[in-house]
Amino acid sequence: MVIKQLSVFIENREGRLEKVTETLAKNEINIVSLSLADTAEYGVLRLIVSDPIKGKQVLKDAEFSAMLTDVIAIKLPHNIGKLQKVLTDIVAADLSVEYMYTLATGENASLIVKTSDTEKAVDTLIHCGYELFPAEDAYKINCED
Amino acid sequence: MIWNETKECMSRDELEALQSARLKKMVSRVYHNVEFYRKKMQALGIEPGDIRGIEDLNKLPFTTKTDLRDNYPFGLFAIPQSEVVRIHASSGTTGKATVVGYSRKDIEIWQECVARALCMAGIDSKDKIQISYGYGMFTGGLGVHYGAENLGATVVPMSVGNTKKQITMMQDFGVTAIACTPSYLLHIAEALEDADAIGNIKLKKAICGAEPWTENMRREIEHKLNITCHDIYGLSEIMGPGVAADCECHNGLHVWEDHFLPEVINPETLEPCAPGETGELVFTTLTKEALPLFRYRTKDLTSITYDKCECGRTLARISRFKGRSDDMLIIRGVNVFPSQVESALLEMGETSPHYQLIVDRVNNLDTLEVLVEVEERFFSDEIRKLEGLTNKIAHTLQQALGIAVKVKLVEPRTIERSEGKAKRVIDKRKLI
Repeated sequence: MVIKQLSVFIENREGRLEKVTETLAKNEINIVSLSLADTAEYGVLRLIVSDPIKGKQVLKDAEFSAMLTDVIAIKLPHNIGKLQKVLTDIVAADLSVEYMYTLATGENASLIVKTSDTEKAVDTLIHCGYELFPAEDAYKINCED
Repeated sequence: MIWNETKECMSRDELEALQSARLKKMVSRVYHNVEFYRKKMQALGIEPGDIRGIEDLNKLPFTTKTDLRDNYPFGLFAIPQSEVVRIHASSGTTGKATVVGYSRKDIEIWQECVARALCMAGIDSKDKIQISYGYGMFTGGLGVHYGAENLGATVVPMSVGNTKKQITMMQDFGVTAIACTPSYLLHIAEALEDADAIGNIKLKKAICGAEPWTENMRREIEHKLNITCHDIYGLSEIMGPGVAADCECHNGLHVWEDHFLPEVINPETLEPCAPGETGELVFTTLTKEALPLFRYRTKDLTSITYDKCECGRTLARISRFKGRSDDMLIIRGVNVFPSQVESALLEMGETSPHYQLIVDRVNNLDTLEVLVEVEERFFSDEIRKLEGLTNKIAHTLQQALGIAVKVKLVEPRTIERSEGKAKRVIDKRKLI
């Protein structure tokens, strides 16, 4: 239930973000979800893609610093208080959230979370009754085929 | 004004006789007290008796900064430690400092040399002089301090930084003279302009050095502050500030040749350059007791003239510096070698990442920015870890270099490479 997130270091310079998306598109890698964390001088682009291993390789070939990180994707219905409930459960298990972002289309939202202890987070969330995306599904969320 | 007319206006014959006598004595003393030089001389097959005067200077071996480092800290000292009254140090090429020492007599001569330079800049016992060079291991602050006291001036030992306070002291004490780096004086001038306070100060004279600058900068300082400004040169290995300084003719810096014997050589062939020809400046100390040096290669590029100056002094003059024969940078008066950055970055892992130094001058203050390529092994997808990395690099570099460094993480392969070799330094400071 652990999925691989592709992370890329990008400088705050014109065209760098576009170069990442261009490299992925050229290599037929689909972006499912992403978040961009930025500072004054650089940003870290975090992506869920159709093929993270290939994604890392093609970015490396294009001379980017890229890495794969273990994260989890939680399925959440669009209801008030659902996100709050997940966080309560995470905190109760003594886990901390390093970062998170969402993909909210269709009938459910998917919440991508990086916690301080991925394995423990998976156990906790399953135990609490959440549905997690298996990797192969996560890489295709909202994709037609 | 001339502080020591007997020495500063000596005829060339008299001066050469004095230099020869001092050189002979110095070589003999060094041969008997410094193993490093004794071995070097033996390897060259020369004895103290072979040096009969300055005409035999080229028989002596050269000394480099590496020799000082290899004999760290006190290996080249020629007197017992009990006779050493002061130690100074400057940053070395690989993190190890270059250590220099002074006997009581060395300090007295240093005071004399600085007093001559201050006097040449029109400063006298009636002046209140603010010393805005760094105090401490750097020779700048204490060197000028002792010289100014010797002159009888009132010393305001401000040291560097805190420009606001510098200006307050200057106004409240009615400071009439200042010693600092030229870029810092320009910075002070602009701060005074911004505060509309130029009319409130009594500053008349300045003596600037410890970094390369130009005639245009000198004129700009003079114009902005309505003062006269002089150039002072020195290096800790030879003494500190006050090895040479310029007179009111501003046509080269007079070298105190009765204490320091200058040569200008071709850095490739090591052959002497003709007067007027640019080469590397080399000094042999003639009177230093604690750390006498033979033919020390300064790496500073200049030319020399022995023509008598209109000011009346007969001592040789070196031209404004035209650069260096090595890659040393002078940033805010501090010597920085790119290799120091390399070795500091090496502490981060087994190999050092690609880096580049960007030196600039913003509001007349030198800035050093170090670009570091974020290779995969340094990369984290958590911003706080990347910020931690930036801070760690900045801290390590600051410790190693002694100046504040701004670190910027950049993407791999973004630092310009020529023939595979990264371009290590971009110096954007314009010295026009």
